[in-house]
Order: sequence, then structure tokens, then C-alpha cells
Amino acid sequence: MPWHRKHFLTIEELSRAEIEQVLATAGAFRRILDRKVKKVPALRGKTIVNLFLEPSTRTRISFEMAAKLLSADTISFDAASSSTTKGETLRDTAQNIQALNADMIVLRHSASGSPLYLSRVLGIPVVNAGDGAHEHPTQALLDVFTMREKLGSLKGRKVVILGDILFSRVARSNIHALTKLGADVTIVGPSTLVPHWFESLGVKVSHNLRSALGDADVVMLLRIQHERQAAGHFPSVGEYTSMFGLNKTRAEWIKPDAIIMHPGPINRGVEIDSDLADSPRSVILQQVTNGIAVRMAVLYLCAGGQPEHVTTPLE
Amino acid sequence: MSDTLWIKNGRVIDPATKRDKVGDIFIAGGKIAASLTGAQKKSAKIIDAKGLVVCPGLVDIHVHFREPGQTHKENILTGSQAAAAGGFTTVVCMPNTSPVADNAGTIELINNAARKAAVHVYPTGCITVGMKGQQLAPHGSLKKAGVVAITDDGLCVESNQLMRNAVEYAKMFDLPVLDHCQDESLTKGAVMNEGTVSTRLGLKGWPHAAEDIIVARNIILSAYSGAHIHMQHISSAMSVELVRRAKKDGINVTAEATPHHIALTEESLGTYDTNFKMNPPLRTEQDRKAIIAGLRDGALDCIGTDHAPHAPDEKDKEFDYAPNGITGLETALPVCLDVLVKQNKFKLPFVIDLMTRKAANLLKLPAGTLAEGAPADVCIFDPNETWLYDAKKGFSKSLNSPWSGQKLTGRVKTTIVAGKVVFQNGRIT
Repeated sequence: MPWHRKHFLTIEELSRAEIEQVLATAGAFRRILDRKVKKVPALRGKTIVNLFLEPSTRTRISFEMAAKLLSADTISFDAASSSTTKGETLRDTAQNIQALNADMIVLRHSASGSPLYLSRVLGIPVVNAGDGAHEHPTQALLDVFTMREKLGSLKGRKVVILGDILFSRVARSNIHALTKLGADVTIVGPSTLVPHWFESLGVKVSHNLRSALGDADVVMLLRIQHERQAAGHFPSVGEYTSMFGLNKTRAEWIKPDAIIMHPGPINRGVEIDSDLADSPRSVILQQVTNGIAVRMAVLYLCAGGQPEHVTTPLE
Repeated sequence: MSDTLWIKNGRVIDPATKRDKVGDIFIAGGKIAASLTGAQKKSAKIIDAKGLVVCPGLVDIHVHFREPGQTHKENILTGSQAAAAGGFTTVVCMPNTSPVADNAGTIELINNAARKAAVHVYPTGCITVGMKGQQLAPHGSLKKAGVVAITDDGLCVESNQLMRNAVEYAKMFDLPVLDHCQDESLTKGAVMNEGTVSTRLGLKGWPHAAEDIIVARNIILSAYSGAHIHMQHISSAMSVELVRRAKKDGINVTAEATPHHIALTEESLGTYDTNFKMNPPLRTEQDRKAIIAGLRDGALDCIGTDHAPHAPDEKDKEFDYAPNGITGLETALPVCLDVLVKQNKFKLPFVIDLMTRKAANLLKLPAGTLAEGAPADVCIFDPNETWLYDAKKGFSKSLNSPWSGQKLTGRVKTTIVAGKVVFQNGRIT
């Protein structure tokens, strides 16, 4: 099946087969990352602009790395240096970038739906690097890529996502990806951050950490942001940690072969104890490395590459 | 100059006089006449209304004409032309202009522009100075300047103490208080209904509880003071039920529904189309049905469009950043005919009543009937004509309609204001 999508906007719109295609393509790039010479010529001559209108370090560097390993030229700029601070609209900023002959835009934006908006405005591909509380599709793909690396098929596997679900694009994209791949997803956290509405996305909602962790194959932690406390979503960071933080005692409730994940940046001592974050069960840094391969796959496919061409001509 | 008009052979529907019969309407001297003299008949302009409905000009007690200060979106002239094209002959403007209409001078300015408008345009004044919710605006002076009600529409009067004083003070002048019911503390940053769709789209939700709390508050204040409080654009099932119970208890509250809240739900927001973004937001199918039921049993009193024009470049933005509001005057009649008459089997005279007499009576406006001697404000429409609605071909300055590009049924053919044809066959005359 050829890849036909020009833009990469959400996991929700992808079929299971499309997710498999991206993961397979990412697998081929992941093998390349283990070689001495990691760079491939796939996107030579293409220019990719990382338009990051919300602060990000990890995702931006990861996209840049991915583009450079594909031999694309990259230009990155963030909100502070862009003309949006002078009142230019997203449409105008992006159309200018297109007029500057960019071949693709990678967009990070605090407003949900803005990549879809941009995809309607531009002629060049738009890749979503996180939009508001909506989706972070490449993060979800690198997460499921890492889970499959460790656990094999995800069908029937139990995945617990723990933390601030309400405001999390990572949670939403993972919910779509995991349910499409047949995993059982339970979201856990304080009721103010894990509202029952999420059941409509096909997941279980729980506020009981012990019972949720008991049969989990994957425990994915999400960052707790201090501004949620200010908005009254929970009483204090200390209370959160005492009720929902993953510590040594609670880690004993988890099966020994389960893995611990976190999209980063982590708050050591808040949602996860330091020694657990650094333990062999933690795959947090492998997620980061796999993120490059997944983003290489996404950039490659959106630039018109086909999945079946990756293994042969590139290796 | 008014004309002598003879509207022939239309289905004349006038709920105020319980008339629903094929017949003629005569107009002389700007008033509805029982008949014309032989000489008048000879010189009268004849409008053939065969196959058409002839009803009182529609009345909308909730429009935003953006003048003064935001006339790139709309002005009183263009807004009134959009009204005429939609069959409306009387409209009531909200005071959230720039500056806001919280003083007699601004009302004077609006009234001056209204004199050149295509339809009757009445102003409202603010409840509070600057719509800031801190100090009462001069309701007495506003009344003298000609406002028909007071409201801080767009914003809710948050302070219970201030709202209590406002309704008690305005009552002295027989001024209805219209409230935009929204507990701001529950809706910070909210851009759509809170529920499964906002969860999926990752957009900040506006829970219906925020409306219900203020509706309940207003019912209590009305019961306590006896003042008339009108709830604007009710969007939630629970609010409908609260108003219904209050009316049963004899409390002096009323409420309106918009065409969009009876026609559309939050499901329309799937593609982040900002032409479906308004405040209060589109809600669930259950809410939509409850609002229709409320219109049927009288819990809700009338239709108000909340016609809220915004320039294309203002709406052409990320969903979070686009302003709230859609236009409504040119689509209200066909949308109500479709939803209420066709889908929900309301009787046509009853729907016309919701859009004419009932709306006018709420604010005691001299409109809404074809009784002899009444101002000759008439709407003539073809209930069966279907056309492709294109906002670009409309009369509003703005294009932000969720119905643009869709087929609508029930087209206004002629609009008459004070005995003068102001709109006919697609043209402002």
C-alpha cells in the first residue's frame, strides 16, 4: 500500500495500517541509527522549517536531528524570535515561509487544531509537532515503537497512562495509537485531571493507582505542571506526589517485566522517583532515541517517500 | 414616503389576530388598513403573493450591528439591510460597541444612524459602566435616550449584589434586564462546549453548568425583586428546565433561543471551523432537543439570532484565537422553518409567533402584528423556495455564517417597513 498522506496531523485520522507503515519505516531508519554513518541522502536538497511557536527543546532537537540525518537543510525558529510577537498571523508567517521556498513545515503550536488550519492554507506538507492539548502524533508513534521493541505485539497489552491527562496531547495521541493497535488503555490520576469524558475515546478511567498498576505492562507517566495547581486542579504538588507519584513502594505493585515510560521533561521526585526513572525498567532515554527514527520516517513519508523504498536503496 | 400597497392572495398569517387564511393585506399611510378605497386600489402598488406567506415583519431582539467603533464588521445600515433581506423589520442592537453604549450620547449616535436604516433599529444600553460589572450605568438617562432594555451582552454581570441592584433599579423605569448567563470563573479560556468533543479536540470546555448557575441566580433575583429578567441565548437543557419551573412558579423571567442552538451541535466543530464558534457554544443533541421542547411548551419565549458579524481575517485564525459569533439575520427564517416546522412539526403560525409578536412583546416594541392600524411592517416569503445560500451575496459586511454554501428552504421575497418596500427579489430597494 503506497503512503498517500501529504500532511501528518493526527493519530486519530490514521488507520491501523498507516500506523504500521510509519512504524515499519521508522524501524528501517532505526537500524540506520545504529550504523557508524547515520546520514542518508533521502531528503537531500529539501528545506524543512521547524516553526515552534511554543517552547520546546526535546521535540525541536529531535525533529532537527531527524531532518539532518535525512540530509535535509533545516531552519528552526521559535516564538520569541518570530514575527508573531509583532502581530503577524500564523497564516502570514507560514505563507512567508512557503514563499521562501521551504519544502515542509513542522509546527508546534499552543492552539489545538492549528496544524489542520495550516494544512488548508499551505501547499507544502505540514507536520504536527504538538498542538495544544490536542495531539502530538510523533510522540505517540515513538512511544508505541518503543513499547513494541520491548513487548512485541501490543494486542491485549495493558497500558496505564498516569498524570495530567486533561491537558495532555501526548495522552490523546497515545490513546488513539494504542487503541488502534489493540492495547487496553487505562488513564489514571486525580479526577480533576482525568475527567470521565475520556471514556468516549475507548479507555478506562481510574483514580485507584494500586488496582490500575497491578496488571500493567506499560506505565506511562506524564509531567505534572505547576500551573495546574495554580488553577486549582489539585491542592499541591506534595499532595499529588503522595497520592499519585510513582515511588519504590508503588513500583512493587507493578509486574517485574513491565516498562516505565515518560515523554519528558521529567519532574524527579514529583511524578516519578529518581531511582525509578534511572532503573532498568525505565525506557525513557530509548524513547528519545527512537523519536529520531520515527520523525525521520514521518518527514520522509510526507516528502513523498514510500515505505518499501527505505530498506532497499538506503541500506 | 410610504406607499399604498395591495398584497394579493397570500397566505396571511398573523398570530396576534389568530389569522391564517389566504387573502389580501392593504397598506396605506404606513399602516395596515382594513381595506382601500376605490381610488386607492387603482393607484396601489400590487404585490402578487400567490403561493407565498404574508406575515408580520420578523422581530429580532438580539443583534450586534457594531456601530459605533467596529464598523469594519458591520454598521447599522448594512446590518439593517441584512435584516431586511432576512424578513426582519424590527431589531434590537446590543450595546457592546466601541465605546460601549453606557451613556445617552452613544445612544443618540446609534439613534441617528438608525434613522437611515432599512428597518426599525432599537438600541439597548449597558447594565454597568463600561460593561465592567462594577458600577451601574445611568439606566434612567439611557431610557430617556430611547433604549428598550439594558444588558451587558457578551459579558455576564458577575456580582450578585450589582445584579440585584441593577434589576431593582431598572424596574423603576420599566426596563427589562437582558442577561448573558455565564459564570466566568467556570469558563476561563473556554472555546467550546465541555464534553466528549472538546475532549477529543483538545479544546478548553465551557460547561453548561456555568450557564445554569447564572440562570438560577437570575430566577432567584427576579423572584426576590419582581423585576423582569430575560435570559439571552439559552444553550443548555438544564437552563431550559430551570426557566420552565420558574415560569410555573409565576416568576417574571423570560428566555430566548438562537437558530444555531436549535439547528446545530458541538459535533459540527470536528474540523475546528471558526464559523461554528460562538458564545454560548453549540452543545449536545440532548441540549438541542431540550431547547426545541422549550420553544414548543413556552419555557422559551422567542427566537433571537445573536447576529454577530466578524470580518473574514478575524475569523481566519487558530480556533482558540478567533472571536465568538456568527451572522444570523439572513438565515434565521429558513433555519427555523427547517428545524421547527419540517423536522419537529411545529405549526407554521406558531413559529412565526416566536419570531414576531412574542419577541416584540417581551420588550414592548410596537411590532409583530398585521392588525388594522398596526405599523405596516410585513414579511412575504416563499416557504417552498430552495436556494444556495452564499454569504458573499448577502448584505451583511461579514461572511461568518455556518450555512454559507448550503441549500436553504424558505426564501424572503419582499420586506415592507412602515409601508415602504425595503427589500424585494433579492435587492434592497
